[in-house]
Amino acid sequence: MSEAAALPPGEHLVHGTDPHLAHHFSSLERQVDASRLGMWLFLSTEVLLFAGLFTGYAVYRYSFPVAFAASARTSEIWAGTLNTIVLITSSLTVALAIHFVRAGRQRAAVACLAITLFFALAFLGIKAIEYTAHFHEHQLPGRYYRFEGVRLPGAEMYWALYFLMTGLHGLHVVIGMTVLAVIAWRTAHGYYSAHYYVGIELAGLYWHLVDLIWIFLYPLLYLI
Amino acid sequence: MRQSEEDREKLGAPPAHESYLTDGTTVMSWLNTRDHKRVGVMFLVAVVFFLFLGGVFALAIRMKLLYPGPFLFDALTYNRLFTLHGVTMIFLFMIPAIPSAFGNFVLPLMIGARDVAFPRLNLASFYVYLAGAVLAVWAMVHGGADTGWTFYTPYSTTTPTMLFPLLLGVFIIGFSSIMTGINFIVTVHTLRAPGIGWMRVPLFVWGIYATSVIQVLATPVLGLTVLLVALERVLGFGIFDPARGGDPVLFQHFFWFYSHPAVYIMVLPAMGVISECVATFSRKNPFGYKAIAFSSLGIAFVGFFTWGHHLFVAGQSVFDNGVFGVLSMFVGIFTAVKVFNWVGTMYRGAISFKTPFAYICGFLFFLVFGGMTGVALATVALDVHWHDTYFVVAHFHFIMVGAVIMGFLAALHYWFPKMFGRTYHEGWGLVAASLIILGFNATFIPQFLLGNNGMPRRYYQYPEHFQALNVASTAGATLLGFGFIIIFIYLVIALRWGPRCEQNPWRSKGFEWLTPSPPPTHNFDKIPHITQDPHDYRTHAPSGVYTDV
Amino acid sequence: MNETLRRFLFLPDQASTFASQVDHLHYFVILTTFVMSTAVGLTAILFFILYRRRSETQTTPHIEPAPLLEAAFVIVPLSFFLLWWVIGYRTSIELATPPADAMDVYVQGKKWMWKFAYPGGPNAVNVLRVPSGRPVRLLMTSRDVIHSFYVPEFRVKQDVIPGRYSQIWFNATAPGRYQILCAEYCGAGHSIMRGEVIVLKAEEYEDWVSAQHRGLATKQDGPPTALDFAPPLGNLVDQGRRLAQEQGCVKCHSVDGSQHIGPTWLDLYGRREKLSDGRIITVDEGYITESMMDPFAKIVDGFKPVMPSFANKLAGPEVAAIVEYIKSLQSDAVRTGPSEGPAYAPVRGR
Repeated sequence: MSEAAALPPGEHLVHGTDPHLAHHFSSLERQVDASRLGMWLFLSTEVLLFAGLFTGYAVYRYSFPVAFAASARTSEIWAGTLNTIVLITSSLTVALAIHFVRAGRQRAAVACLAITLFFALAFLGIKAIEYTAHFHEHQLPGRYYRFEGVRLPGAEMYWALYFLMTGLHGLHVVIGMTVLAVIAWRTAHGYYSAHYYVGIELAGLYWHLVDLIWIFLYPLLYLI
Repeated sequence: MRQSEEDREKLGAPPAHESYLTDGTTVMSWLNTRDHKRVGVMFLVAVVFFLFLGGVFALAIRMKLLYPGPFLFDALTYNRLFTLHGVTMIFLFMIPAIPSAFGNFVLPLMIGARDVAFPRLNLASFYVYLAGAVLAVWAMVHGGADTGWTFYTPYSTTTPTMLFPLLLGVFIIGFSSIMTGINFIVTVHTLRAPGIGWMRVPLFVWGIYATSVIQVLATPVLGLTVLLVALERVLGFGIFDPARGGDPVLFQHFFWFYSHPAVYIMVLPAMGVISECVATFSRKNPFGYKAIAFSSLGIAFVGFFTWGHHLFVAGQSVFDNGVFGVLSMFVGIFTAVKVFNWVGTMYRGAISFKTPFAYICGFLFFLVFGGMTGVALATVALDVHWHDTYFVVAHFHFIMVGAVIMGFLAALHYWFPKMFGRTYHEGWGLVAASLIILGFNATFIPQFLLGNNGMPRRYYQYPEHFQALNVASTAGATLLGFGFIIIFIYLVIALRWGPRCEQNPWRSKGFEWLTPSPPPTHNFDKIPHITQDPHDYRTHAPSGVYTDV
Repeated sequence: MNETLRRFLFLPDQASTFASQVDHLHYFVILTTFVMSTAVGLTAILFFILYRRRSETQTTPHIEPAPLLEAAFVIVPLSFFLLWWVIGYRTSIELATPPADAMDVYVQGKKWMWKFAYPGGPNAVNVLRVPSGRPVRLLMTSRDVIHSFYVPEFRVKQDVIPGRYSQIWFNATAPGRYQILCAEYCGAGHSIMRGEVIVLKAEEYEDWVSAQHRGLATKQDGPPTALDFAPPLGNLVDQGRRLAQEQGCVKCHSVDGSQHIGPTWLDLYGRREKLSDGRIITVDEGYITESMMDPFAKIVDGFKPVMPSFANKLAGPEVAAIVEYIKSLQSDAVRTGPSEGPAYAPVRGR
């Protein structure tokens, strides 16, 4: 996310001592600003990606209100609620990690990142349990739908959207976990400090988005 | 390095200075570059290849259409050809062409920066583009798709042709577009040299900035849409399948939500090029700088709300038709403002009719005609007759070829000396420009008339009474093709044997001309401090070596 | 003037009541477009001539546009565009609103043909007959992918979508034949998915409709004429009718319901017949074929066993053609008595 590592030889002599500063930026502050702006722009693309799916959900919910409500009722509300708590807590731990790095407490930061990863794994685990249950009940998308409990037109559409939205979200959780793992490794090896922690910040932003998307998915798929 | 210096001396040319071209001459130094200029050149090579590939498909289509009945190849091949023509031209050429080739090269120079904000992301965007392009070409070689580049469901979810790799290729190229967009937005926000406030940013940069905003916001929706089609084909998800309660028209809404702003991704950079070229070749400050700059943003913003004009006869409500129609009118106004301001730039200028200026003239006429036919299409009642006929084909080719490709060629000829330090043969430049403008008119004006007459598009066979106009159009296309071939030839010759040029051959006061031609890898020895607007020609004429700002 | 412009712009004939109105908007918009693009082009050329560069050291004044001028750049085109939109939108409302007394025809698009069905009336493939001077509403759907029903001379077009109905209307002004073109890409046969609208004078149309109701056999439609594409894959019903004449079937079997030597073919297909041995069978393709090959296997009660066998006289496809022809002999499904409500069969097992 930052251009710190790739300095052309000799350039740092021009700039002074900061090894994180890339040759084309006039100051580290500006470079960090640029990284943040870049990340926010990327997050906006993710929002638009999911917006399409939310739109699809809205359109089909309008067409098939009964089937959607009945199908949503069959999902395990304990799983959804637990997942929500897990993700929100993981956002807290990521924020704490940034706080600890800024306070110079590297080990606490790494611990927080590790806990975040653990929560992410827990989220995926609960999701896996849910998916297995859905597979067994034949609550599957499109032509694979065979669930006897809800035999209404539009039920298969609900499950198509359910798997698309949670699947895409799950994929983003996995991507987020990979990013967090890399960041955790780097924090443990001293890449970040109170002076320069933008990598953790950007990873944290991404993770907050992943959490935010779930906060919208949860009521749509479990509560209404 | 020594070797090439000897070569140059043998040819009698003056010794070249060190530049980004000579800074590392191995293949790896190019493939692993962080230099935005090298990334730009690599993109240029790639997009030119795809321009020619798309052109070959187009000529094949036009050859078939010489005769109303079956000729040369069968309907299935024809359907694949027009699909691949569209996909190649739009995704592999038009969307990346000006931003990723010229934007990459020129934008940092224009704002006094040493590189784009994220050089490694820039290189990655090239490889992602290449990966998507390779996948798309692989799909083409293995038969390709026959759905049209618009992939309408349920045909696209049920056709047996090789759609999945093509969709995946498009999906991957979308990422490249997003990366480029993010890079440029951050660059313009954070890397402007001292003295370059927002109201001093060159108009090309405004154009690229507006383009990047659209790329960032619209492309994810395309990604999602092609993903949904791919999943429906492979896993039977049925999002657009009426038998499962799906709505095929929902696909059209999703698709056009990206694809309409996409046309502005294609046209805004061309408009930016024209702004620069008009100012340089009229040797005059841009008339209505603020109007041109803000209209770029206006197009980007309003362009997001007009997608429904592609669905006027698709079963959309009459009320929606009206709303989308009136919003489309507003988008047309921004373009009109630009055209008046460009012509105003020529007023009391000192105009020099060089090859880029020839392309400007073509661009202006084609943009007005094409743009106004677009507004005509937005009047709903007329679209009922014209929808899915050759009128629409002519309209969008007027913009895509007549405006965007003219802009691309203007950029190519304008910045050729900057990029390669050499000049091309001006005479051949004007010959090719004339051929292209004439050939273009001969190709597409008959198509407006074909559309009026009622010939639908994507027709392999057609009723006989359409033949005369089709023959005329094919003749024009052949002329157009010759024009492109001539350009390719003299530019390649110029690359190798063209006379070396001075730093500022066009005597321009655009900021990119502050650097040597071609520039060194680090662009500026010292980051300039800018005290004047770009294209300020009132005090004294610029010289061949332009350093004073 | 209308005619000159219409021809100059290659517009087709104006064969519906609103075609002329649409075309007038077209002229307004296109002529303004010509004028503006020429004006811009000429101004550029004029400026090039007046303001060409005279020396290498020439400088130019710094000119900023007056705000009023920029306002004009916005307001003048916007006025035109909005005027066009207002006219166009109002016309489009008219195009989308069929009059209350419109006559309905059901249309089904499928790869790669158009099927038409009149309520209570005949069906047709690829040919739509309508009376002139009367509004006709088409209620359309698709069997498979999206197609689009387009008649250039009427200036109408509407997509037909699977799983949904769309509607379109027109009032054809003059008798004639007009091509129907599919205007939404639908695969290999998209460019040959064509049909024909035959606009008849009102009386001729009424004649045609009543002839259809009397039984399709007596006044069969001719194939479409004004089309220049390969005809659909043979017309089995026509072949069957011809064979029935040639082989002499109609000597014993009537096609209009009247009693004769053999059972009448009108409404034969699907009929439940009582056989001479007391069984009740439903007439289907198998029964008809068997009757041709082995006429004494199942004889309908009340008829004498006099039918010859055609086992060695007809080839397989010819038999199929005759079966198709018999299937096409349906009388109109119009109930003459009062409705009796649905009949419920007892549920098995209760």
